[in-house]
Amino acid sequence: MSEGPSGYNIGYLDEQTKRMIRRALLKAVAVPGFQVPFASREVPMPRGWGTGGVQVTAAIIGPDDVLKVIDQGADDTTNAVSIRSFFAAVAGVRTTTRTGEASIIQTRHRIPETPLAEGQTIVYQVPGPEPLRFLEPRETETRRLHALADYGLMYVKLYEDIARYGHVATTYDYPVMVAGRYLMAPSPIPSFDNPKMHRNPALQLFGAGREKRIYAVPPYTDVESLGFEDHPFEPQRFDDPCAICGSVGVYLDEVITDDVGGSMFVCSDTDHCERAANSDTNTATANTATANTATADAVDTVEVTA
Amino acid sequence: MSGARPLLQVRDAGHRYGDRWGCRGVDLDLWPGEVIAVVGESGSGKSTLLGTLSQRLSLTEGSIRYRAADGEAADLSEIGESAVRRLWRTEWGFVHQDPADGLRMHVSAGGNVGEPLMATGWRHYGRIRAAAAEWLRRVEIPVDRIDDAPVTFSGGMRQRLQIARNLVVSPRLVFMDEPTSGLDVSVQARLLDLIRSLVAELGLAVIIVTHDLAVARLISHRTLVMKDGRVIESGLTDRVLDDPQAAYTQLLVSSILQG
Repeated sequence: MSEGPSGYNIGYLDEQTKRMIRRALLKAVAVPGFQVPFASREVPMPRGWGTGGVQVTAAIIGPDDVLKVIDQGADDTTNAVSIRSFFAAVAGVRTTTRTGEASIIQTRHRIPETPLAEGQTIVYQVPGPEPLRFLEPRETETRRLHALADYGLMYVKLYEDIARYGHVATTYDYPVMVAGRYLMAPSPIPSFDNPKMHRNPALQLFGAGREKRIYAVPPYTDVESLGFEDHPFEPQRFDDPCAICGSVGVYLDEVITDDVGGSMFVCSDTDHCERAANSDTNTATANTATANTATADAVDTVEVTA
Repeated sequence: MSGARPLLQVRDAGHRYGDRWGCRGVDLDLWPGEVIAVVGESGSGKSTLLGTLSQRLSLTEGSIRYRAADGEAADLSEIGESAVRRLWRTEWGFVHQDPADGLRMHVSAGGNVGEPLMATGWRHYGRIRAAAAEWLRRVEIPVDRIDDAPVTFSGGMRQRLQIARNLVVSPRLVFMDEPTSGLDVSVQARLLDLIRSLVAELGLAVIIVTHDLAVARLISHRTLVMKDGRVIESGLTDRVLDDPQAAYTQLLVSSILQG
């Protein structure tokens, strides 16, 4: 047994469990987009808080890894902070908030703005791995549809959106086709992030703890968002720059600033926002006050925990 | 000349539920463009036979050979599930007695008719919608209902929508399970009229299950009479209904209320 600093086995899970998860991961990487069942275990957090992602991370993390955890793009939200300190305690790894420094990035709902590189692994927390679930409630039937690559049903959903709203109104968990074969739910990332999955140099792993499924997109794999010829896939767009750092072409969150309807749009990726604000202070002057409070939380960029 | 060869060749077909036979020993040849009615009382194995022929139920014994559009005849139990599903999507239709079984009740009418097209690779929204609108017109559903879900439709409209959904991919063979029962008589008459004209227009081969001899008389060329899972009489519809040979057929024909 390789005991970690906390008295738990390294990564919290026992070695047999990690081997079981690694076997599922190998199969998932070998068949991109295919949902591999695995024996999901309990981890010390409630189902729905990222237990699938935590188990995948636990199975692949080693003492040399540097871990970044984000929740809705932010490093400083409850879920991100607690998972980061969990692995710092049970695996003794270095943690960071810098995307470029991390070897493993566990994420909920976002892909970082900084492009991922070869050698990095991004682990998605997945609440619902089955893209066909709300159209076909029977698991036996959805599995058969995947086996036969019978995906007309998914287009019915897109058709309904266009018929009702004039455009595809799905803005998150937008279905994708992986390597031209398997239909896959990209986890609830905004459709803004979908293009980043296509031929990404990093290894992308997906863990759904409650639904007991693991799937994967290996580096440089085609990931195509579905669409019609006359209504092609269009990611969300933002017209205004980030109110703190002035970045354009990034995903923005609306932040309520008072109780009379005031709000501002700021980067959801706190790491990106902070670095952009530091490198170009001019654009941030207009919002100095808010910038200070927002970045203050994310100042301790590298936490080393023993 | 595919017209000279049968579309469907059934030999000694049977389906067993546990230790009980639902239907057994059925021989049948269906020719392109032909309409065959299967009549009989409740529990006589009509629907089991239809389910077996359409491969929704497994074939316990016997063989079913289907001649596909490319002219190749294949044994359905040998071509595999993937190929059978392709037949469902491209060459076959199945009209259920209850439209709720054949439609997605909370998806719009346009989506329901468009789904088989999307399943066969149509990826142009405008063309899918145009095809759906055209089929709604053909089955006499007002085109301005295209974005309404079938839950808001009347029984007759639902059944017509189900027919449109089945015919939109231009199938060669359509299975119908009691398509008119559950509708009131005037709606039944209009639906039969519609089915009859579409069948003639498109040259469809149809196997229709019904307990209503008037339906058989109206739209079928040949009739099979079933009782206790066996075919007890078959022949041209007019011959079977006007000159029934089997005792049970005679009983069935004489049971019609004369109005």
